[in-house]
Amino acid sequence: MNEKSKGQRFLQLFICFFKVGAFTFGGGFAMIPLIEREIVDNKKWISEKEIIDVFAVAQSLPGAIAINTSTFIGYKVLGRLGAVVATAGVVLPSLITITLIAMFFSIVRGNPIFDAIFDGISPAIVALILVAGVKIAKESVKDKLGAIILLFTVIAITFFKVQAIFVIIAGALIGIIIYFFFPKLSKKIINREEDDIGIS
Amino acid sequence: MTLEYLRLFLSFFKIGLFSFGGGYAMIPLIQSENAMYNWISSSDLIDIIAISEMTPGPVAVNSATFIGYNAGGILGGIIATIGVTLPSLLLVLIVANVFFKFSKHPLKTMAFYGIRPVIAGLIISAALVVAETAFFKSGISLNETAENIFQLISLQNVFIFVLSLLLLLKTKINPVIIILISGILGVLI
Repeated sequence: MNEKSKGQRFLQLFICFFKVGAFTFGGGFAMIPLIEREIVDNKKWISEKEIIDVFAVAQSLPGAIAINTSTFIGYKVLGRLGAVVATAGVVLPSLITITLIAMFFSIVRGNPIFDAIFDGISPAIVALILVAGVKIAKESVKDKLGAIILLFTVIAITFFKVQAIFVIIAGALIGIIIYFFFPKLSKKIINREEDDIGIS
Repeated sequence: MTLEYLRLFLSFFKIGLFSFGGGYAMIPLIQSENAMYNWISSSDLIDIIAISEMTPGPVAVNSATFIGYNAGGILGGIIATIGVTLPSLLLVLIVANVFFKFSKHPLKTMAFYGIRPVIAGLIISAALVVAETAFFKSGISLNETAENIFQLISLQNVFIFVLSLLLLLKTKINPVIIILISGILGVLI
């Protein structure tokens, strides 16, 4: 590949992810179909099978799913610099839009109509987050222990104001302790999780 | 000021590094960090979530940019955004290949068995924290003695909550539309 066409590929990668960043509303999962159309169908940079792996890994790594996915695809297509270019592309539309909104926001803050609008929106946000949480609870709680972990998390966070990071680490430790000290239970859980992956 | 930028960067780096499960899972981490540094009020935080939902792009990036801007202007927005993005970039570059190899390791399966219910719990907690601000009338602190609890609760907002919940569960209306309807109701009633 000569230098010029490589430069063009970087530019294409950037534009592609800039588009993804500019046209997806509602975060991570909403951008999956757009990425598929751009990367798999139009550009044919990676195969349909590979993209499923990318989505799976993007979800199990920490960080925003959208960013993880872009970084991964950028890396697969054009190496390390490709990862940086794709990530910059997906982030830039948000950075520009939100900075402009934030500037505007500080001006209109305190206007009674504006405050009434956002006061009305706040309970809708409660409903939105609650529904998202219950959906994830349905997928992630498969037994009594899972339900207990969830309940303790809610109590620790809302009533004792424990930092989220400590609860996440505690959750991982519970899983790891089961793996080392309760092999029977661990085997049962691992078999079930593998079956679940098989279905989806 | 430099120290403020460094704090902002480190906080969002931490948020990016420890949030599993994307956008909404990040809200409780943002709440924890915000409680420590008081960048914005809790009602502003809800507005930011609403704006993030209505504008394109990942919720994580949108809220980082917004909070960063409020804490330290345009540069603050850029720094917070780089902070929240960098863990993903580094993790993918450093551990991508290793992660693919070990993605079926039983120890990883078990760690995530423990983490996943926590994520669900975190998101539900985030809803409860937001509810506290959304349902109680602004300007009244909970320490004040009220003759009647109903004087404290904004019935209008409880109504909008129930309506939103029904629309989300029973219909396929886009959440952005639900947010817009709620905003209009906020002015009308």
